[in-house]
Amino acid sequence: MPRLKTRVNNVSNLFLPLSVLVILIIINLIKGADYFKITMVNGAFYGNIPNILFGASELVILSIGMTFVTAASRGQDISIGESGAISSAIFVQYVLSSGNVTLWTILVGFVISCLAGIVIGAFNGTLVSFFNVQPMVATLILFLGGRSIAFIIDGKVSPILANEISNRIGTVIPGVPIHTPIILTVVFIAIVAVILKTTNLRLYVEAVGVNPSAARLNGINPKKVIFLTFVLMGVFSAVAGFIAVNKAGRHDSVNLLKFIMMDAILAVALGGNSLSGGKFSITGSIIGAYTIEVLNRTLLRLEVNPEAIKLFKAVFIIVLMIIASPVVRVYAKKALDKAKGIFSNYSAGQTGGLSNGAVSAADTTGKRGE
Amino acid sequence: MKRLPKIGLLLAVILVLSCGSAIVAAQELIKVGIVNLPPEESGYRQANVEDMNEVFSRENGYDGKQTNTADNSEQIAAARGYIRDGVDFLLISAANASGWDDVLQSAKRAGVRVILFDRAIDTDPSNYEAALLSDMHYEGQLATDWVLNNVPEPINVILIRGQLGSAAEIGRSAPLLKAAEEGKLNIVADGTGGDTWSLEEARKVVEAAIAAGKDFNVIYAQNDGMAQGAVQALEAAGISHGKDGKVKIIGFDFNRFALRNVQAGYWDADVQCNPRQAGQIDQWIKSGNIPQGIVYQEELILDTDTITDEHIEKFGINADPGKGVITR
Repeated sequence: MPRLKTRVNNVSNLFLPLSVLVILIIINLIKGADYFKITMVNGAFYGNIPNILFGASELVILSIGMTFVTAASRGQDISIGESGAISSAIFVQYVLSSGNVTLWTILVGFVISCLAGIVIGAFNGTLVSFFNVQPMVATLILFLGGRSIAFIIDGKVSPILANEISNRIGTVIPGVPIHTPIILTVVFIAIVAVILKTTNLRLYVEAVGVNPSAARLNGINPKKVIFLTFVLMGVFSAVAGFIAVNKAGRHDSVNLLKFIMMDAILAVALGGNSLSGGKFSITGSIIGAYTIEVLNRTLLRLEVNPEAIKLFKAVFIIVLMIIASPVVRVYAKKALDKAKGIFSNYSAGQTGGLSNGAVSAADTTGKRGE
Repeated sequence: MKRLPKIGLLLAVILVLSCGSAIVAAQELIKVGIVNLPPEESGYRQANVEDMNEVFSRENGYDGKQTNTADNSEQIAAARGYIRDGVDFLLISAANASGWDDVLQSAKRAGVRVILFDRAIDTDPSNYEAALLSDMHYEGQLATDWVLNNVPEPINVILIRGQLGSAAEIGRSAPLLKAAEEGKLNIVADGTGGDTWSLEEARKVVEAAIAAGKDFNVIYAQNDGMAQGAVQALEAAGISHGKDGKVKIIGFDFNRFALRNVQAGYWDADVQCNPRQAGQIDQWIKSGNIPQGIVYQEELILDTDTITDEHIEKFGINADPGKGVITR
């Protein structure tokens, strides 16, 4: 019985992201019923859904990291795009310097870029956890300076990553019908799920986020936990940077993952997570990230004028958040019950017999709504 | 013990340097202050900054100093500093077109001659000598004419704009929009890569057009990165493009990777946006013959037939992937 209850709770936590996603999908279906159509192109799945999964891969990874950071530190990391740009610059330099590119080169380069991500995360984490700098202020340093660092690592140009393996990581591996970034994202989500299942990470992060002092009294060191979430964020940024640069085929330090922290923070919020820390839902953030991608593409599908596209995005987000908010939900339920009550009263007047039962049923549902 | 030779070496270096600079200073150097944007802004700016440093060097008879910042007030402060230093020429590429009246007038009073490059300033033309700019409208005209002459009718274009409201976006859009108005071509989708001229956004614009079943045979992307994103969308959808393909691809800016793609027939044409104004300005200064008002640079369009290695070497910007290498 208690198990069932938690499951119901989980579902209601996901009500916000899911309902927003459903509304968007309905809009898309109204525009054209072929929305879910998937075809095979050159041996890979092609269609709106594969495109969405492909396009959102970096954002999904980054919003998972952002969820941890938000939950533990009660603030946001705004340097994720920049740290992705730096670590992927290191990856590109390693690959280009190694001459003959093999799978091994790519793997080693990836590991090196993850190490760079750890260093960046540790830098941010040290500022936040040990020097008590506000997360947004601490990460502002790299947000402002990070792209210059990436630019210098790049040798002041945007280097080209024209090898066959990178191309396959950014598109499809022959014989595999799913685009590689989608596969990488799924693997990544699976790894995070396993970590959350097998370790106490969730417990520690939530404890620190809810009340750091109480956590400390219970033997959890809040500084270490916050530091850890920033290190994780650094690694996640490196992974996202790796995918982004292989997709692009060239390292553009100026524009790679630019302003993606806005969408990542929004994904966390859309996922039903509190931006002031505490309990968190990774599933919610993942749905939130895909929702943002769907929203972006919906606006293009509706052929919104390019001048107005940002405004429309903002309006959509506000409207969707309000529609899905608990306040509106309760109000809607009440209104629905009232309507039911009036209808049953009316039909009771017509038929007579069942009137008492119908009215009392309406009353009880009305009360439940309150 | 170990330190002593090091210090000695350092002293020797300082001595040589100071002597060297003293000798050079003895010659008549033209003092030039350059106020520019930071090189990490874009590949265009990187080439521009490097070109300025190269041309206005001591070897060429200049005492050139360059300030690189994207902050308009810092730029103005730097310009004031150069005027105080008594430079002969002040070269400005402004971050923001307004707010320059005061400093330009004080330059005039101090007898400093001002030449604007790359970006215009909203001010009275009497406040500067010459402005050497890229004519974005001309670039757009080159590309539009190429489309009209090389693409079989009916011409159906996907327009991918850059940052809305930027000079480049307005100029490069206008001729195409005019041609559409005159019924010479159709714009079947009108999208933007946003403020970052984003490859990903451009890709989404094309993906949306494909999903909507639009029929198109031209992609007019207002920079090379967005053209690249558009081509990625075509590749994923299995639509042919390039020299022998259905969809013609046009990019802007002359990035070397883009030119190599054109050379390989993977794309069709690219329009130059020349970041190398220094040579022309150098010529003006040396000849003492500085024109008045706005002067537009000559710019090129190259397609699969006209492009050569020499073009790529000489006019391209950014890293060169090498001959025959396609950037997907």
